[in-house]
Amino acid sequence: MDLLEYQGKQLFARHGLAVSAGKMVDTVDDAVAAAAEVGYPVVVKAQVLIGGRGKAGGVKLADDEAQVREHAGNILGMDIRGHTVRKLWVEHASDIASEYYASVLLDRQAKQPLVMFSTEGGVDIEEVAEKTPEKLVRHHVDALQGLSREEAVQIATRGGADADVVEGVADALGALYEVWMQEDATLAEINPLIVTPERQVKALDAKVSLDGNALYRHPDNQGLSDAENEDPIERRAKEQGVQYVALDGDIGILGNGAGLVMSTLDVVAQAGGKPANFLDAGGGSDAAKIKQAVELILSNERVRAVLFNIFGGITRCDEVAKGLIAAFEELKPSVPFVVRLDGTNDVEGRELLAQAALPNVHPAATMNEAAEKVVALAKEES
Amino acid sequence: MSVLVDKSTRLCVAGVTGKEGSFHTLNNRRYGTNVVGGVTPGKGGQDVEGIPVFNSWAEAMAAAQPNTAMIFVPPRFAADAILEAAAAGVALVIAITEGIPAHDELRVYNTLKRDRAGGNPIRLVGPNCPGILSPGKANVGIIPASFFKEGNVGVVSRSGTLTYQIGNEIARAGFGCSSIVGIGGDPVPGSSFVDILELFQADPETELIVLSGEIGGSAEEEAAQYIAEHVTKPVVAYIAGFTAPAGKQMGHAGAIVSGSSGTAAAKAQALEERGVRVGRTPTEVAELAVQILRG
Repeated sequence: MDLLEYQGKQLFARHGLAVSAGKMVDTVDDAVAAAAEVGYPVVVKAQVLIGGRGKAGGVKLADDEAQVREHAGNILGMDIRGHTVRKLWVEHASDIASEYYASVLLDRQAKQPLVMFSTEGGVDIEEVAEKTPEKLVRHHVDALQGLSREEAVQIATRGGADADVVEGVADALGALYEVWMQEDATLAEINPLIVTPERQVKALDAKVSLDGNALYRHPDNQGLSDAENEDPIERRAKEQGVQYVALDGDIGILGNGAGLVMSTLDVVAQAGGKPANFLDAGGGSDAAKIKQAVELILSNERVRAVLFNIFGGITRCDEVAKGLIAAFEELKPSVPFVVRLDGTNDVEGRELLAQAALPNVHPAATMNEAAEKVVALAKEES
Repeated sequence: MSVLVDKSTRLCVAGVTGKEGSFHTLNNRRYGTNVVGGVTPGKGGQDVEGIPVFNSWAEAMAAAQPNTAMIFVPPRFAADAILEAAAAGVALVIAITEGIPAHDELRVYNTLKRDRAGGNPIRLVGPNCPGILSPGKANVGIIPASFFKEGNVGVVSRSGTLTYQIGNEIARAGFGCSSIVGIGGDPVPGSSFVDILELFQADPETELIVLSGEIGGSAEEEAAQYIAEHVTKPVVAYIAGFTAPAGKQMGHAGAIVSGSSGTAAAKAQALEERGVRVGRTPTEVAELAVQILRG
């Protein structure tokens, strides 16, 4: 679960990492009030889960009320690469002497926490890693021991932090590690981590991803999602406990098991089609869950044909068939369905479907045949 | 032969008294797996259709000497169950539980690694995996055994249903499997492709290895490197997720393309560069495997 900048900064502050005074607002008037409260000059920042906000015009400096009004008015409602700006973070503008970079993440390859630090902050860190790897310190931490003060000081020193702020940077690294560890984050990143002319070390931005599987341990963090910018069907799926990812094609996909569904998307693409979604109905789905899943898929108006690809293990094909029949009774879909049932109780499932003789439902014997059929049908419909 | 589970397996199950746990444990026993007990704190002394339940892994160890643990408890209790089974000296822990926090997995992985260095070699397979099946010998987990036959193909996979799809196509062509090992779709799996490839390479019954990977992480790239250096048996691979968009998690917690790393294309290329044949569909993988087996 990715957090907005202001949510990340609030977590940072809770763990003793310095951030500028600021307020989250969602109207122009509130932005003006917030600016007066935190003190001019202020920065008005679009709160969206996408990089490149500055380039898109979503981050503006304001010296007075008129400028805050102008910028807040322009930024609210702005579309930044598909994300509509609905919230602003108004913070007191900082004077900057240096821009550093710091992050803590879960390194899946090393299976250890990885702390990274560079004095080349404020720019795309992947570019730094590629072009000047010697300027990016990468330090693996013993997951069982945690980051020690000595390690944090070493990282700051090795990275070339100015001598008078080594202690300050080490403090920031320690606090950032604590955020990562205690909040069950998979990523905690500050870019830039600034040094002010007064030599204070401060987080000017925040990028934090929390582990959704660990939210039960963090009741305070449970409300921290960017719900307004979530795909509405994805949000409903989450509430129903179904794995759904919206894609931009026109063929609805339902399968069981994440790997099989990913594979189904690939096979449909190879057959020349474009999937409208990823939907994993999960193991052991009963008829009611299948019916709900069909409803989710059909609530996307772009869908012109639907593919069911089921290899039953703990999922029983007769339950899937029953769910599909129930969905047809209630929803009376107008688009064609291609259904491939294999595995546990497949014979029973196919018989149920044959008996029901649902309009415009086409059986397929194999995954490849199913993909070809559904692509052809979707083309006829368009 | 086979790898990890066979006729010598003595299985004990954490969460045996739960609905899912008891269903699959009994299924495993019906298949012929020797189930010697279960662990549910507070329910010691009860039994699940004749399977004795113990309060702790230490008790289970003293009374029933399990050599394999299956973890079926809810995510918030799973890490401690794994570590408790390992501390009691169970050599192989197979964790089926889905949805364990990543930090817990990291703690479990590094604790077991530290203990291994200290001379206590415990192997963890999973979590969030379908388990291990050695056809004709033992089944530990939720893999539907009826789709697989005994034979010489070793299968290792990050995904359950996709494995059934590939294994079933191989079975329909008349071939069987030595073992099917699901390593799971989480960010910090206890065993990697490399760990299981090493076992299949050493297993005299396994003639060919099928590796089924997916987007996210770098386990497939590491497997490619290992195959080039250590595996003399033919390997056929499949990678799911060629059309997955970046930044979207595709069901499995580990299946997410971040930036330019972890893409299916990069993984397929890494494998092909090292002589591994990569099928573009599950059917093509089965066909390639069958071609090699027929010589």
